[in-house]
Amino acid sequence: MTTRTSESRTPEPAARPRAVGADRERADARDKVLGRAPYAFEHPMERPCYAHAVLSSVPRGRITAVDTEAARQEEGVITVLTYENAERLASTDDAELAILQGPEVAFRGQIVGAVIAETPEAAREAASLVRFTYAEEPHASELKPGESELYRPETANGGAGTDSELGDLDAAMEAARADPGAVALDETYRTAMTHCNPMEPHATIAVWQGDELTLYDSSQSVHGHRDTLAEVFGLDRARVHMICPYVGGGFGSKGEPHAHSVLAALAAREVSGRPVKLALTRQQMFTLVGYRTPTYQRVRLAAGADGRLTGIGMDAVEQTSRIKEFAEQSANPTRTMYAAPHRKTTHRLAALDVPVPSWMRAPGECPGMFGPEVAMDELAERLGLDPVEVRVRNDAPTDPETGKPFSSRNLVACLREGARRFGWQDRDPRPAVRREGRWLIGTGVASSAYPVNRQPGSVAAVQYRDDGRYRVGIGAADLGTGAWTVLAQIAADALDVPLDQVDLRIGDTALPKATVAGGSSGTAMWGSAIVAAARKFRERHGHDPSPGDHAQAETPANPHAERFAMHAFGAQFVEVRVDADTGEVRVPRLLGVFAAGRIINPRTARSQLIGGMTMGLSMALHEETVTDPRYGLLVNHDLANYHITANADVHSIEAHSIDEDDPYVNPLGAKGIGEIGITGTAAAVVNAVRHATGVRVREVPVTLDKVLEGLRNGPPSRQ
Amino acid sequence: MKPFRYERAADAAGAVATVAAHPGAAFLGAGTNLVDHLKLGITSPDLLVDVSRLPMDQVEERADGGLRIGANVRNADLAAHPAVRTRYPVLSQALLSGASGQLRNLATTGGNLLQRTRCAYFQDPSSPCNKRDPGSGCAALEGWTRYHAVLGASSHCVAVHPSDMAVAMTALGAVVVTLGPDGERRVPLTEFHRLPGDAPHRDTVLRHGELITGVELPALPFATRSRYRKVRDRASYAFALVSVAVALDLEDDGRTVREARIALGGIAHKPWRAERAEAALRGLPATEESCRTAAEAETADAHPLRDNAFKVPLVHNTLVAVVRDLVGQGAPEAPGGLEGSR
Repeated sequence: MTTRTSESRTPEPAARPRAVGADRERADARDKVLGRAPYAFEHPMERPCYAHAVLSSVPRGRITAVDTEAARQEEGVITVLTYENAERLASTDDAELAILQGPEVAFRGQIVGAVIAETPEAAREAASLVRFTYAEEPHASELKPGESELYRPETANGGAGTDSELGDLDAAMEAARADPGAVALDETYRTAMTHCNPMEPHATIAVWQGDELTLYDSSQSVHGHRDTLAEVFGLDRARVHMICPYVGGGFGSKGEPHAHSVLAALAAREVSGRPVKLALTRQQMFTLVGYRTPTYQRVRLAAGADGRLTGIGMDAVEQTSRIKEFAEQSANPTRTMYAAPHRKTTHRLAALDVPVPSWMRAPGECPGMFGPEVAMDELAERLGLDPVEVRVRNDAPTDPETGKPFSSRNLVACLREGARRFGWQDRDPRPAVRREGRWLIGTGVASSAYPVNRQPGSVAAVQYRDDGRYRVGIGAADLGTGAWTVLAQIAADALDVPLDQVDLRIGDTALPKATVAGGSSGTAMWGSAIVAAARKFRERHGHDPSPGDHAQAETPANPHAERFAMHAFGAQFVEVRVDADTGEVRVPRLLGVFAAGRIINPRTARSQLIGGMTMGLSMALHEETVTDPRYGLLVNHDLANYHITANADVHSIEAHSIDEDDPYVNPLGAKGIGEIGITGTAAAVVNAVRHATGVRVREVPVTLDKVLEGLRNGPPSRQ
Repeated sequence: MKPFRYERAADAAGAVATVAAHPGAAFLGAGTNLVDHLKLGITSPDLLVDVSRLPMDQVEERADGGLRIGANVRNADLAAHPAVRTRYPVLSQALLSGASGQLRNLATTGGNLLQRTRCAYFQDPSSPCNKRDPGSGCAALEGWTRYHAVLGASSHCVAVHPSDMAVAMTALGAVVVTLGPDGERRVPLTEFHRLPGDAPHRDTVLRHGELITGVELPALPFATRSRYRKVRDRASYAFALVSVAVALDLEDDGRTVREARIALGGIAHKPWRAERAEAALRGLPATEESCRTAAEAETADAHPLRDNAFKVPLVHNTLVAVVRDLVGQGAPEAPGGLEGSR
């Protein structure tokens, strides 16, 4: 990856080689390789007990009888918890977390009990012996456009507006239909239900000491988790502690506490003072820690013969659970991507008897960049224009819905640079005309985008220690993303000291409060707090401090926040090979170019970007949670049946960054890179499959049967 | 997981005697499938008799020019064995297309034959399944059937056998050697696995306490021209949607089929020997058209389910493609390498 970073935004003059912008290996790499970095379940405990969750086996209804006798007879079982004997929680406002409070069942796979035992094996075996009798009620567990009852949520996730409208899209579509040279495109696209599936399963250790609760949890936000758990148990926040130095991947599924954290704390109440260890099985993770809703996306584009859009629309239909709303903001990117005078976006939800959806990498943007970016490809094809050129022609000079200027917008530069690097200029636009042996070959492109999110409230502390180092503390989370590394780099430059004089501490509520590792905002928000704390430290204590000197500061408010629209942009180019006999899709080349402000560490940044692209490839070709609507069962609930892109599926993958100096986003000039890589990838793959085969698939994953069906209707000839 | 006793067998006869005497006992090989089942609650034996260390781990030459593969030969070792690579490339390819490197280092030949279906409902103890819980019904029949059978299924079970190795061995005419309470017997692999009928809980014809000790591969000189093609949902570490194993014996003209051995995977409760297709090809030039006709003959009785109708054309296309490749590869070289003597 080539990264050119501007030095103009660094907070202090550089007296020595800067840490920020340097290629630094991960601070935690050695400990992880050696197994010394403890994950949540691994923290050593004195005499731990083990809890295993019991899940509902019906999708909707009431428990009418509970039989725990057989479970209690098992050797090593300490107790069995159900709604009949579990303590009442102080707050049941969050229905996802209000477990064991009553006999109602809201979805299949909901927590209805737990066994606490001396060993994990005994807990698991006894959990299989707990018997519930249910009065089942009619349920609906599958999103079916045209059948599911839809409603209009008050807002979409993250406070996004539910609907938006400018001009008259219907009229623009009508006018385009009437004009023989114009195109009115109206297609529906579908993305699958998907699960985050981090490698580290969700796990919690809970310990009560009197009225003090300590949790070792796998979390993207120790303070956020703590605040929620304190509320659920009616405790002062100061009485709840959470520790999470390392996270084995989260992707959003550890962004909020889920029901198992409450269960661990409830279980630990039963064993006065002994720690309780609870780990979810992979299968349990499918119903308990969130997922991305399936989406149906009606996309409308009206364009003249020159490819310029006169109208753009996106109507997203999604599911949420009946007990808790999560409105994936899939229409959001359509509000920002392209200029057009007539615009309309909507979000509609079906509330179903399904597990509670939640955050998954680039919520909204990831699914929302699929339909429209395939539609742009279809538009280019129908007009006989190059798909890069069509996107360039529709670049928005100002934010289309708000009229605000962009703090920086380099979509066109990404498209041009990507096209140059990929060799796009030699591309023959005709579909299904390239063949090497059994392989049909094609290329595709799509744009990427992700907003610059701000989360107020992070605080960092700097203290000079008698070992001559600066202890920098903030309750941030490293999900494997590199926070341990890049926050130390930021601190070193802000304090103007070598990296080894920074003693970073994160992942503990004993440290100053940090916002969630989410919305691609962590590095910028925590880093800005660290910069502010370092400045304050130097102001107070100068460059020759005494041991014990300290300072603390909060992420400063951004004075430019209301003036500008702030987004990162990118472009992804894909080559696919499709087996002409079987329809198998292989992706020999993935190339992304991103303009995401300043890159703090090119090594960890590259991991984030190619990781996002790989996850986008996985969405394109593999990932789909299958619902059996008869039982409300997520059938393929393990990693054998829920396919995630494997090493053999990824060949050449490149991520490049465009030099982008944005003085407005934050003092670091960094826009966030955790999520943009997953946006647009799936559309680029689908567009390349079309170019290779002539088959236009409007849903992901593009499994071979969908391609094969199209190929049978007219396989391209051999060359 | 239910507590169980563990015993390490001293010899095969002792292992057989122990398991035969205990209705709740099971043999333990590498455990790559059984241990998952213990955790998931699919099966709960009260005694495991570990046979993985018994000295059944050699690949031996047979007098007729074939091979005898010990039941404990690891998948990775079998795939890499020079005699297998040169004389039965279809088997080496099938083994290498299965599981992952780590699993292949552990998994045994006998255990591979006995691995159970990955039907998602079978693996979910909260779902009805006649294979796991006889008489409880089949959730797959009208459920998610992307990975299920199109041939030979019944209204009691539509699961498929997951092995790649067994498909290649079925094409090669392998014979399973077992030791039971009544002594040794030899079962052709085509008769070893069962169709589900009304007793899908029985995957094979093995009796309780009967142990696989080895697999015999007959001499098949033309298998030097053989190939395994696995079609799946990702490039590695996925079970077959459809797989095709073919060994082709061509006349001197390099295109007329003297004999073909064909087996299909991913489409039935057992590795599917495609005898109709073999018969249809015999004596004909191996053209795109003749292969397609042969494949269509094999799937004439196919009964696709909700999600797997694509498997029928996929079998046709894949068989055509494999034969095309085999004919195109030219005359097979005489077996060479370290163990190439015949």
